[in-house]
Amino acid sequence: MYNTDSKEKEYSIQTTDVKLYYGDFQALKGITMAMRKNQVTAFIGPSGCGKSTYLRCFNRMNDLIDGVRIDGEILIDGVDIYKKNIQVDDLRKHVGMVFQKPNPFPKSIFENVAYGLRVNGTKDKNFIQERVERSLHQAALWDEVKDKLKKSAFELSGGQQQRLCIARALAIEPSVLLMDEPASALDPISTAKIEELIYGLKKDYTIVIVTHNMQQAGRVSDHTAFFYLGELVEFAKTKTLFTSPKDQRTQNYITGRFG
Amino acid sequence: MSFHDGKSTNNGKRLAQGTAFAVFRALSLLVVAILVIILAFIIVQGISVISWEFLTEMPKEGMTAGGIFPAIVGTFCLVAGSMIFAFPIGVMSGIYMNEYLKDGYLKRFIKLMTNNLAGVPSIVFGLFGMALFVNRFGFGDSILAGSLTLGLLALPVVIRTTEESLKAIDDSFRIGSLALGATKWQTTSRVVLPIAFPNIITGLILSIGRVSGETAPILFTVAAYFLPRLPTSIFDQVMALPYHLYVISTSGTNIEASRAMAYGTAFILILIVLVVNLLANWLRRYFAKRVKMN
Repeated sequence: MYNTDSKEKEYSIQTTDVKLYYGDFQALKGITMAMRKNQVTAFIGPSGCGKSTYLRCFNRMNDLIDGVRIDGEILIDGVDIYKKNIQVDDLRKHVGMVFQKPNPFPKSIFENVAYGLRVNGTKDKNFIQERVERSLHQAALWDEVKDKLKKSAFELSGGQQQRLCIARALAIEPSVLLMDEPASALDPISTAKIEELIYGLKKDYTIVIVTHNMQQAGRVSDHTAFFYLGELVEFAKTKTLFTSPKDQRTQNYITGRFG
Repeated sequence: MSFHDGKSTNNGKRLAQGTAFAVFRALSLLVVAILVIILAFIIVQGISVISWEFLTEMPKEGMTAGGIFPAIVGTFCLVAGSMIFAFPIGVMSGIYMNEYLKDGYLKRFIKLMTNNLAGVPSIVFGLFGMALFVNRFGFGDSILAGSLTLGLLALPVVIRTTEESLKAIDDSFRIGSLALGATKWQTTSRVVLPIAFPNIITGLILSIGRVSGETAPILFTVAAYFLPRLPTSIFDQVMALPYHLYVISTSGTNIEASRAMAYGTAFILILIVLVVNLLANWLRRYFAKRVKMN
């Protein structure tokens, strides 16, 4: 159902005039932008600027919050994801997500990664076995857990848990991977591992990452978008945005004058 | 006026704190003391009749001798029957209310009604059970009618503990599951319920403790004054511990002679409730450990 051969080939996510309201409060004030396929796009901006809210539109996680209303159009691989006949569970299979705080299930390491496959109807044991192993490899976690796949995921460190959550998301082969401050709860070494991982994953996935850490945006992303008070202020190649921002507000933010 | 010489210019706030917590501690200990006194009183009064025969024999000689075996069996049947009825309904409503129903009029209405159900005096449940199950449905005075009535009483407790157990689970588990393309039902059944299971079971067992001691709901629906045989079907009447206690303390053939029997019965009843509560505690820990492992 998701068309990857159309004229949208170059862009994985395209949004037009997206407005989002929490009740009376307008959190997003008409955002139009497009994110390239197999590239990393970073969202930066001060707390409350709407970057996470915007990210959660792409897999319709905002649907879970009472009183949220969304206007505008969001196309993912050419499909309008707010169309009436969209099944959100199919959408979320296509658009994976990694959260700020590692949130593995209280299951074994193996079952955590297999979970997405199982709930999406995969029964073939060999297939699940292979896919779990491959996903753990992709998330650079295999060597650390291969001898304790049956152990509880809670026995892993925070950084390992976060890579497990990445493996879990990759197991169902999404085409887009959303990351909502995936390293903000981790120590510097784990953070470095996650960043390295993101860099390697973009050949297979379109990645959108929200981050508070501007150095991180600089290190991992190809394009960066700066959000402020529910608006997209500036969106450019990461290098350009950080070296010669066009907007004064971007300039102020990246030089640490507010945020 | 320095912090290391042990002198302070402001001893007032320490005195206030010391006094406050001393009072709180005294009152907490008072609560413990009350339980200990009740237990000690009943044990001292009833211990003389406790024996293997007391537990395994039928009552004899106008209930002044023999045992309380049929009442123990009766209470067991009623507890099991009421749980068979209350547990599935209560757990399912609790799940529906916490996991599925969005905040709104319906949710508030159901909540209000369950809370009101919990506030209905148990004698009213008894009366209702008699009118509906005994008479209207024609079950007669029977285990079935008594179990259903006790089940109604346990229902709000089961619903509330289920809801509380689910509410205590961090939303990040649900969100993580939904983000992988799981439906709400898959999320509930595969992630949420296994985590909540230990606490739900604890709630169930605690409601068993509550139900086993209830007298009023079984008064008009099942309890027999004197029935020295065991039930053979769910349409039989049975004796039950709390009602038996009432009978031999107030309206037996020879109240003075059965006084020790009454305390013995009370002792067994309390013992059952205590054992059930301890079991609940143990099970919760056992399952909590297992959930973590899996």
